[in-house]
Amino acid sequence: MNLKEWIFTTDHKRVGVLYLIGSMAAFIVAGIMAMLMRVELSTLGPTITSNPSSYNVWLYAHGAVMILGFQIPALTGFFANYCIPLMIGAKDVAFPRVNALSVWLFYVGIILALLTFFIPDPPDVMWTGYPPYSTITAGNTALYSFTVLILGFASIIGGVNFLTTIAYMRAPGLTWNKLNIFVWCTLGAFVLQLIFVPVLGTAVTLISMDKYLGTTFFDPARGGDVLTYQNLFWFYSHPAVYVIFLPFFGVLFEIVATFAKNRVFNYNAVVYGGIGGIILLSGVVWVHHLYVSGMIDWIRIGQMVTTLMISVPVGLMLIGLVGTLYKGSITFETPMLYALGVLFLFLIGGLTGIPLALPSLTLHLSETYYVVGHFHYVMAVAGTFSIFAGVYYWFPKITGRMYNEFWGKLGFWVTFVGTNIVFWTMMDIGVKGMPRRYYDYSHFSQFEGAHQLMTIGAAILGVGFAIALVNWIVGAMKGAPAGDNPWQSMSLEWTTVSPPPHGNWPSPPSVSAEWTPYAYDRR
Amino acid sequence: MNRILKHWAATALIAVSNVAMAAGGDGQSSGQTPASGNIAKLQYLHKGEARIADPAPGWDYLWKEVLIDITVIGILFALMTAFFIWRYRRVPGGPQVGSAPKLSPAAAIGWAVIPAFVFLADDLFLAANGWVLWNKFRDVPADRLEIHLESGMYSWDYTYPNGVQTQNELVVPAGKAILLRMTSRDTLHSHFIPDFRVKEDSMPGRTTFLWFLPREAGKEHVVTCAEYCGVMHSYMAGRIIVKTPEEFKQWYEAGAAAAKRSS
Repeated sequence: MNLKEWIFTTDHKRVGVLYLIGSMAAFIVAGIMAMLMRVELSTLGPTITSNPSSYNVWLYAHGAVMILGFQIPALTGFFANYCIPLMIGAKDVAFPRVNALSVWLFYVGIILALLTFFIPDPPDVMWTGYPPYSTITAGNTALYSFTVLILGFASIIGGVNFLTTIAYMRAPGLTWNKLNIFVWCTLGAFVLQLIFVPVLGTAVTLISMDKYLGTTFFDPARGGDVLTYQNLFWFYSHPAVYVIFLPFFGVLFEIVATFAKNRVFNYNAVVYGGIGGIILLSGVVWVHHLYVSGMIDWIRIGQMVTTLMISVPVGLMLIGLVGTLYKGSITFETPMLYALGVLFLFLIGGLTGIPLALPSLTLHLSETYYVVGHFHYVMAVAGTFSIFAGVYYWFPKITGRMYNEFWGKLGFWVTFVGTNIVFWTMMDIGVKGMPRRYYDYSHFSQFEGAHQLMTIGAAILGVGFAIALVNWIVGAMKGAPAGDNPWQSMSLEWTTVSPPPHGNWPSPPSVSAEWTPYAYDRR
Repeated sequence: MNRILKHWAATALIAVSNVAMAAGGDGQSSGQTPASGNIAKLQYLHKGEARIADPAPGWDYLWKEVLIDITVIGILFALMTAFFIWRYRRVPGGPQVGSAPKLSPAAAIGWAVIPAFVFLADDLFLAANGWVLWNKFRDVPADRLEIHLESGMYSWDYTYPNGVQTQNELVVPAGKAILLRMTSRDTLHSHFIPDFRVKEDSMPGRTTFLWFLPREAGKEHVVTCAEYCGVMHSYMAGRIIVKTPEEFKQWYEAGAAAAKRSS
C-alpha cells in the first residue's frame, strides 16, 4: 500500500475508492452536524449552544456537505468510477488522467467545505444560498461559492469522461439495449449534470460578485431582482435531485435483479420511459420550489402539472423494480435488505411529494418539517440506504473479502427503525405547522415531545450507520476471502477476479448474442 | 392476442375519459370566480357561511382527499411488494433462478402505457382540484381590509389604511377578509400563519400578497417566519388577535386618534 501510488493513480477503480473514502468522510462530518442539531432541538430554548449562529452553520454544513460532498460524489463518483468500466467490459475510462483530476478537485472541494469549521464567520447561508441574505450576511459566502464551483467542475469533467466511455468503450457485442440499468442511470445523471451544473455555477458566482465586487444582480434597489437567483438555483437543484435519484435507482436495479436472479421487468419501459422521461421533465419542474416565493401565478399552475407528471416515469421505474421480484428466487443478504428497505422508504417519500406538487397545499406545507421529512425519505435516506446497499453489494468485488453478514443485517434493521422514527415524526409535526430551520421553537412548544422522540430516533439511526461503517472497515481488513462472484451475478463486473487488477481483464471480454446482464434463465 | 389488445384499448379509453372528466369538469368551475356557487358545490364552504369563500377549510378538505389518494396507492404498492418478497423467496429445493417470462412487445407496451395513463389520470384529477383551491387562495374578496406589511430582521410591521401601525401584532375583525400586501426592507421573510394554512414570501423590490379569513373573535393565531432570514430567524414571530367587529372598530379609531395626536 503505497500512498503515492494512490494519489497519482489513473486506475478507475482506485479513483472510485478515493471518491468513496472522501464521500464517507463527508458523510460522517455531515452526520455529526445532524446529531448536534438534534441534540440542540431536544429541549426548548438553548441546549448545547446559546448562539443561534452555531446552529445555522451546522444546518448549512449538514445540507451542503450531505448533498454536494456525500451523495453526488458517492453515486456519480464512486459507483460510476468503480462499476461503469467493469460493467461495459472496458479496461478503463476514456480519459484516465482527466478522471484523476476530477477526484483531486473533489478533495479540494471537500477540504474547502470542511474549512467551514475552522474559519471565523463561516457561511450560514443554508445550502441554497438565497440572496439578499447571502449578500448581506457576515458569514463567508465566498467559501460557499467556491465549494460549489470546485465540486461542480469535478462533476462536469467526470460527466464528459463517462459519456465518452459509455458511448465508445463498450465490449464487442455489448449493444445499447444490453447495458446494465445502472449504466443507463449514470448516463442520465451525467447528461443532467452537463446541462444544469453550469447554471448553478452561474448562480453562486453572481451572489459572490454581488457581495464582494459590488455588482447588483440581486439588488432591487439598483435594478436587480431577488427572485432571479432562486430560479437559477432551482433550475439546477431540482435536476440535482434526479442526479441523485437515477444512480441510486440504478444500484437498486442491479441488486434486486441479482438477488431475485431475475430479468429486469420491462427493461425498455424503465430505460426509455423511466430514465428518458425523467431527463425530459427534470428541467421544467423547478418552480415547485418557488410556490410561495412570489412567482407569477400562471407559471405556478403550469409547473404543478409538469411536477405531477414526474410520477409517470418514476412510477414506471418503480414498477420495473417491484416487477423484477415477480417469479424471482429471492435471497435476503444485507445488500438486498437495504435495497428492499429503500423500496418502502422511497414509496413513502415519493407519495408524500404529491401534496407538495400542488401549489395550494404547499401554501401551508412549504418550509415546514413536512418538506424536510419528505425529502429526507425520498432522497436523503433512500439515497443513503442505496449507497450503503451498493457498497455492501460490491464490497466483495472491491476488497476480495466478505463483510460480516450478521452485523450487516443488524445495522440495516437498526437504521431502518431509526429512520422511520425521525422522519415520520418530522412529517407529522410539519403538517401541524412546525417551520424548518429553527434554532429555537419556543412559540411551538407543543412539539417538544416530538422533537425529543426524533432526537432518540436520530441516535438509533446514527448507531445503525456506525455499525455498517465498522463492519466495512473490519471486513476490508480481515474478512474471509469472498471469491470472484459470491452473488452468482450475470453482470460483467463479476466475471473478473476480485479485486480486479489494473486493466480489469487479462484479455478484453466479449459478449454473446443471447447474453444480457439479467438473463439468468439462459445460464 | 386480439382479445388482449381489445381489453387494453378499452382500459385506455376509460382512463382517457376519466382524465377528460377530471380536467374538464373541474377546470370549468375553476374558470369562475371562487366566490360563486360552483365552488360551494365542491363543499369547500362551511354551511351557512355567507358570501366569502374561506380557503382554509378547503385546504383541510383537499389535504384529506390527497392523503386518501396517496395512502391507497401506497398501501397497494407496499402490499404487492411484500407479497412478492414473501411469495418468491428462495426455498430449499426450489428454483435457483427466477422464471419471469420475457415480455412480448405488446405486453411491454401495455405495461408502460396503461400505468402511465393511470398515473396521469390521477395526476390530472389532483391537479384540477389543486387548481380550484389555488384560485380561491388567490382571489381576494372585494369586501376586505387591506393592510400593508413590511417585514424586516426580525419583526413584522403592519400599517393599516388609516395610518395605524403595529409591530408583531395584527389586530383584525372577525368575519372580514384580511389582505396583506407585503414587502421587505432587507432580506427574504415568509409570513406564515399555520392556523390559516397560508404563507407567502416577502422580499425587497416586489410586492406579494396573501389573504385569510379570521372567523372567531377572541382567538389568537401564531404568525411565524418560514423563510430563513438570518441569525434570529426562529425568534421572528408575532400573533394575530381577532376581535369582534365592534371591538375592532373601537381599537381602530382609538389608534387613529393616537396616531394623529403624536404626529
